Amino acid sequence: MKSINIIPAAIAVLLLTSGAHAAKTDLVLGMQLEPPNLDPTGGAAAAIDEIVYANIFEGLTQFGADGSVNPALAESWEISEDGKRYTFTLQSGVKFHDGSAMDSEDVKFSLDRAGAEDSTNAQKQLFANIESVEVVDAQTVALNLKAADGNMLFNLAWGDAVIVAPETIGTAVTSPVGTGPFKFSNWVQGDQIVIEKNPDYWGEPVKLEKATFKFISEPTAAFAAIMAGDVDAFPVYPAPENLAQLEADPRFSVVLGSTEGETILSTNNKQAPLDDVRVRQAIAHAIDRSAIIDGAMFGYGTPIGSHFAPHNPAYVDLTAKSEYDPQKSKALLKEAGLEDGFTTTLKLPPPAYARRGGEIIASQLREVGINVEISNLEWAQWLEQVFKGKDYGLTIVSHTEPMDIGIYANPEYYFQYDNADFRALIENFNAESDPDKRMTLLKDAQTIIADDYVNGYLFQLAKTGVASSKLKGLWPNSPTQANDLTGVYWED
Amino acid sequence: MKLRNILPGTLLVFLFFSAALISYLWTPFDVALIDIKARFKSPDTINWLGTDHFGRDMLSMLMVGARTSIAVAIVAVGIGMLFGVPLGLTAAAKRGSWLDELIMRANDLVFAFPALLIAIMITAVYGPGAVNAIIAIGIFNIPVFARLSRGAALSIWKRDFIQAAKVSGKGAVRISSEHILPNITNLLIVQGTIQFSLGILAEAGLSFVGLGTQPPIPSWGRMLADSQTLIYTEPQLALYPGLAIVLTVLGLNLLGDGLRDWLDPRLRHDR
Repeated sequence: MKSINIIPAAIAVLLLTSGAHAAKTDLVLGMQLEPPNLDPTGGAAAAIDEIVYANIFEGLTQFGADGSVNPALAESWEISEDGKRYTFTLQSGVKFHDGSAMDSEDVKFSLDRAGAEDSTNAQKQLFANIESVEVVDAQTVALNLKAADGNMLFNLAWGDAVIVAPETIGTAVTSPVGTGPFKFSNWVQGDQIVIEKNPDYWGEPVKLEKATFKFISEPTAAFAAIMAGDVDAFPVYPAPENLAQLEADPRFSVVLGSTEGETILSTNNKQAPLDDVRVRQAIAHAIDRSAIIDGAMFGYGTPIGSHFAPHNPAYVDLTAKSEYDPQKSKALLKEAGLEDGFTTTLKLPPPAYARRGGEIIASQLREVGINVEISNLEWAQWLEQVFKGKDYGLTIVSHTEPMDIGIYANPEYYFQYDNADFRALIENFNAESDPDKRMTLLKDAQTIIADDYVNGYLFQLAKTGVASSKLKGLWPNSPTQANDLTGVYWED
Repeated sequence: MKLRNILPGTLLVFLFFSAALISYLWTPFDVALIDIKARFKSPDTINWLGTDHFGRDMLSMLMVGARTSIAVAIVAVGIGMLFGVPLGLTAAAKRGSWLDELIMRANDLVFAFPALLIAIMITAVYGPGAVNAIIAIGIFNIPVFARLSRGAALSIWKRDFIQAAKVSGKGAVRISSEHILPNITNLLIVQGTIQFSLGILAEAGLSFVGLGTQPPIPSWGRMLADSQTLIYTEPQLALYPGLAIVLTVLGLNLLGDGLRDWLDPRLRHDR
């Protein structure tokens, strides 16, 4: 009798072990926000790039996990002596997902379209310096610049500068067609987006067969999803208060990295009394950053004193300019003729850093006599009232674009900061190609806005990633808004 | 026997009302004071119920939260009575007329909307805040009181002493205010108590989804919402406001039931 039973048992063992050895090839990634569309060249939302960047769409150059600018669709390039002409040699054999070939005409189309007068590109300034795009031959394309520009290769690596095809760009909002290692498969509105491996990819094939981006905005639901295994990874886990518990669990690994997210108390520089630099300085000295980082982010975050990422080599630590000093703050308010304090608004978008941070800041400002009226807004309302309408006194938001200090040179931006010296400095910086001089200019730029107390500078958002401990290859840091899955695989 | 609900109901309601009243004069700590270093403290002799995620004293938060809930509910029920009762009495006095139809169909219209939906709509249009929450909750109380007072008034209009009042020359307004209203007061009080507990639930619900009381004013609903993600590590932060809501609503319902039994004339001979 015993011998008979061995066979099914052996089969069972065989099945079980073979099952365990074949590594998983699909992945479910949790994201807090759903993108409004999937065209990175037409929409501003970070969530678009977090799905399509490097996965579906590629640019001439592309950011690496460490923030470096690497060749992508451009195999190599040459820069003329005067720095005004960039000649790119394209990768050969690159096909769009619909089977058509990618050539220099597509590059010309994409860059001309992004920089055009009527372009809806969210980062149009990236292309402002391009005089013309010249098709040399099918594999060679040249950019003629208005002025020498040390930023050009960096600018072209942004998600807003990816290469698209004129035939398919019309439908990119719902079914993007790019050149990347994954192709778009399906979008269930309000729930998930699925992408699949592109078998005809020109470069190194990816290890995953399929990836699903699942949208979970509630921190509680995010915790439940990761605990239940419905989601394999949360590149930016929304509830820092749960991280200690997840870290203690051997099923998960918690990876702390840096992001480009300068979290700031944005200030309406045109609204009285916030148009007075002494008042803004008073606010800066009334804020205790460490209490905010501890209270809102449970310790995850690095204090900043200007609008600049601490991991950048050009970073200067300016936190001392706005150290916590309520006495000084009160003295400054008195100097500005506001010894009885004043009332302003604090409009908060949904993320926990804003909602919790806002309550803490409100309490700290009350200590020096500034009364803030908090109102909690949804993202759509926030974009409408604060970002577009500039109808606010104070707000808290994280600016997650890389190297975005240039936004202070735009007086129309929602801070409404208007400083001609700063604008001139940024212009010099953009035209400068000498790395040392660029570094100095960047340091000066940080100092100017710190001295003008344009905004309250709080902390650099940490990237608090949670993933199944067998999942490898996710980016530990966020040098740009992206979830690059090209190197992701499951360990056996 | 019928009175057994009144005592625990009164005790619970008294507990939360006195906590709310005391909070106007004194709380153990200032609820606006955030002290991150003192967060998540366990209950001790200083902070009787410990501290929350901002280091605020939980007992003080609950006391001021009771005040918020009760104030919102009182004003909301007040709005409902102030508009609903006269509307219902008018409809009963002019029963069968176009005015009656107009009032009652308008009430049906409001009543047909789910109450919380009205509240969300109002706060979405006019912005979140305690005042808008009060108005929203108040509006859905109007048809409740209008229907109740119309129904009760109709049965009283048929009584003999109303005929006598009519004969003695009293008009509809005087009859309604001098004879009808006093006779339906009992019903209004009982219904008021029930609506009051619904008002507290509605305020907590609106604040939970972020449409009610705005920070820094503490509210039980928002305390629950804030403690959601902490439920695995600091469950007591959700437990206290949750219990406060449950016990207050339970107390009001017990009190309402008890009052109905006590005040209902048809049950009087049971005592």
